[in-house]
Amino acid sequence: MSVQFKSITELRAMLDNKLISAPELTQESFQLAKKYKELNCFVTMNEELGTKNANTVDLNDKNASTLAGIPLAQKDLFCTEGLRTTCSSKILANFIPPYTATAVKKLEDAGSITIGKTNMDEFAMGSSNETSYFGNVHNPWKKGYVPGGSSGGSAAAVSAGIVPAATGTDTGGSIRQPAAHCGITGLKPTYGRISRWGMIAFASSLDQAGPLARTAEDCAILLNAMSGHDSKDTTSLSSNVPDFLEDINQPLDGLKIGIIKEFDLSDLDSEVQARFEDSKKIYENLGAHFVEVSLPNISASVPTYYSIAPAECSSNLSRFDGVRFGYRAEDIDDLNDLYIKSRSEGFGDEVKRRILIGTYALSTGYYDAYYKKAQQVRRLIKNDFDNIFQSVDILMTPTSPNTAFKFDSKGMQNPVELYLEDLFTISSNLAGLPAISIPHGQVNSLPVGLQLIGNFLREDQLLNASHIFQQNSDFHLAQPSLEGF
Amino acid sequence: MIWETVIGLETHVQLSTKTKLFSRASTAFGASPNTNVNLIDCGLPGVLPSVNKEAFYKAIRFGLAIDAKINQTSIFDRKNYFYADLPKGYQITQMDLPIVLGGSIEILLDDSAKTINITRAHLEEDAGKSIHDEYEGFSAIDLNRAGTPLLEIVSEPEISSAKEAVAYMKAMHQLVTYLDVSDGNMAQGSLRCDANVSIRKKGDAELGTRTEIKNINSFKFIEKAINFEIKRQIKILENGEKVTQETRLYDSSKDETRPMRSKEFANDYRYFPEPDLLPVIISDQEIQKIRDEFPELPKEKEARYQGELGLSEYDSQIISSSKSMADFFDAAVKKTKNYSLLSNWLIGEISAYLNKEQIDIHASTLTADKVAMLINRIDDQTISGKIGKSIFEEMCVSRSTPDEIIESKGLKQISDDGAIEEIIMTVINENPSQVEAYLSGKDKLFGFFVGQVMKLTEGKANPKAVNSILKDKLK
Repeated sequence: MSVQFKSITELRAMLDNKLISAPELTQESFQLAKKYKELNCFVTMNEELGTKNANTVDLNDKNASTLAGIPLAQKDLFCTEGLRTTCSSKILANFIPPYTATAVKKLEDAGSITIGKTNMDEFAMGSSNETSYFGNVHNPWKKGYVPGGSSGGSAAAVSAGIVPAATGTDTGGSIRQPAAHCGITGLKPTYGRISRWGMIAFASSLDQAGPLARTAEDCAILLNAMSGHDSKDTTSLSSNVPDFLEDINQPLDGLKIGIIKEFDLSDLDSEVQARFEDSKKIYENLGAHFVEVSLPNISASVPTYYSIAPAECSSNLSRFDGVRFGYRAEDIDDLNDLYIKSRSEGFGDEVKRRILIGTYALSTGYYDAYYKKAQQVRRLIKNDFDNIFQSVDILMTPTSPNTAFKFDSKGMQNPVELYLEDLFTISSNLAGLPAISIPHGQVNSLPVGLQLIGNFLREDQLLNASHIFQQNSDFHLAQPSLEGF
Repeated sequence: MIWETVIGLETHVQLSTKTKLFSRASTAFGASPNTNVNLIDCGLPGVLPSVNKEAFYKAIRFGLAIDAKINQTSIFDRKNYFYADLPKGYQITQMDLPIVLGGSIEILLDDSAKTINITRAHLEEDAGKSIHDEYEGFSAIDLNRAGTPLLEIVSEPEISSAKEAVAYMKAMHQLVTYLDVSDGNMAQGSLRCDANVSIRKKGDAELGTRTEIKNINSFKFIEKAINFEIKRQIKILENGEKVTQETRLYDSSKDETRPMRSKEFANDYRYFPEPDLLPVIISDQEIQKIRDEFPELPKEKEARYQGELGLSEYDSQIISSSKSMADFFDAAVKKTKNYSLLSNWLIGEISAYLNKEQIDIHASTLTADKVAMLINRIDDQTISGKIGKSIFEEMCVSRSTPDEIIESKGLKQISDDGAIEEIIMTVINENPSQVEAYLSGKDKLFGFFVGQVMKLTEGKANPKAVNSILKDKLK
């Protein structure tokens, strides 16, 4: 019985009914990864330890969790003890961490099996997975097309059915946009919901881990395992973590959904608009009603983000200096030369570009004009959201202005072109709010995603609204043909 | 021309916490290189800092002691620069909202006191250590010190001489050791300072161009470095030239300051709020608790020594001036009744010995118990004060207690009147001509007889008893 394209819920039933054993399931997953090697989803496979863990997981333990024996893939910026963690960068190409990220550890403690580390944009900087040192990832729906980014390898691995779910991180849309481009479901939780310990930082105040899966229900299963306060991350929230499956089936009668006036959708591809209108109808039929809302400062999201995120990145990436770990250039004259050569050779262009932007934004004489101003605008954007959530339950937008695009077709001349990919996703990172992307059809045989943004800590509402949508539609069941792989 | 010196000091105090400011690695001094280092200290990818509350308590305790304002919302910032022993490429410090604002410290000059105002004091982590001369062709890095909590205390530019700067640092040393916020060990770098020195014409309102002398770590060097710098700047100004604003290092072997290579400090530190840490909020209750647990400070000790123990003002002041001396005294006081004799010994014999050996009392072989025992033996006339001194010398080089030394060397004082009388009679019988002279009015010969008795008893005869019996017998 094939396990490809199966959801966690389906695989759980197969395991529980002894249709397949945990070691067999893991081996199937490894086989699929090999079969679709050309997708380039994985940077490193975890065959030895993954096999061992699958052989020892006890499914008969009455306390065994839903995830026991389920194969998962981890984005390659989560540190994994003894398993190479590269951030898809040359500078960490040989880095083997001595410890495991809390998010991954919690999933593994729940009995899931890490089968490998997924490809990504270098240090999560990019929206197409094209900045990876380990090469492009193909979109399973169309060879030679990007899977989105930065969690492109995770999205493609789930989309291709190699694993039922994977971890990702989202700083400006890095879970939701690839989920949309690959036709799967991806959730960025509230900032602080999941510990950042062991997640290699891009922009600390925006980074948040989350799940990518075939269904909202599966996302809830992963979120249940990954969430919670961690004493090692003092920015992680100490709020109680509810069971995200508990209210997932609540009817949507009376749900108030806001449509953001400032996002002018008439500029978008007419088919992308049409999918959006179709989904509105589905929600209306489910008892929800729509109101137009105004977030006056939301149009400043992209420049605000591109001041704050690079500033934090310029500082966070200072530790990659060739001194203690990671790539060190050869033929060094002195300490400065060591820094210059190691970093020039170790980082890719997009990473260097953002370090430069961030260094500039923080420098004396520019700090007030850029970084500080951006933080003030960020506060205004957050206030806008706080205001709006007084009157609506969730907000709805397209996840991305476009479908997936061809390799080397966007941002090559002007990086800002690619930065606009994040137009709809960035504001929830700035405000620290949860947001989810669910598939809602295709345009030119490529998936498009629908984004729902929730109030602070209301992942339950997002998962509920997404799950009911998926119970009443079959967009999430569509599978890529994987033609040519 | 009459010149005026203006000095401001930035003092770095290493807080005596068990663990580092943002990690649980030990701060113990002297461990093998890179053993007090964990994932956080070496700045591995993905690690995050967690604030050590103990460091905050100590910083607040200091702030309360100098009567400063405590910022109950305190945030950390990143100071970005590259250096091989700075693992993250930035130092976590405090810029806009330091934990301590304002306050003042009183310094003692020869015959007066002066108040120096404090601008601020903030928490920050120390860097590691680069070692450049141990491995041919390589530099070595020891990260044991990386992440150690420091309190940087910035004074107003109100210090006007090298002498005052030394007095300020001595007052700081006394305060931080008394408060138990630091061990104050300057040789190990627990207390060090940067001195901002400038010169102006007396009476000028504006400050002159300053230089900053980095990392001075002894009272002696502070005085020498600042005096050198004052002379250097005055010479420049008197030649009609201008002082260059720069960072300088003091070289104690040549007794001079010289500029640091400009490359090393021409940094734009790009400060911004540390996004990995939430603001630290200190409640009123926490501050009250720190107040309630306040240790006894020098002034209070002085008053207690005078009031409760009856020591002189001078003795009380001397003993309470040093925390380690006062701690020792307080411990010994519990074991003896003769406080004034104890204080005499501490200020006299014991201090002289410690000064000669250049060690702290707690690093010596002396313990409060043993010293109290010595005082008690003198007090109960088991030994004379003179014998006490020779026992003390023995105590300094061995681990024996005074009783053990008295026993093993047979130093017990002879206080038995019969025995003393016997010896006195021997002396009188053996020196008839002196007896005659004494009786005919040569009173000074009395000392000769005492000396003879002491000689025969090897100093062990109770001097009081000898005196009274001798007087009786020589009537």
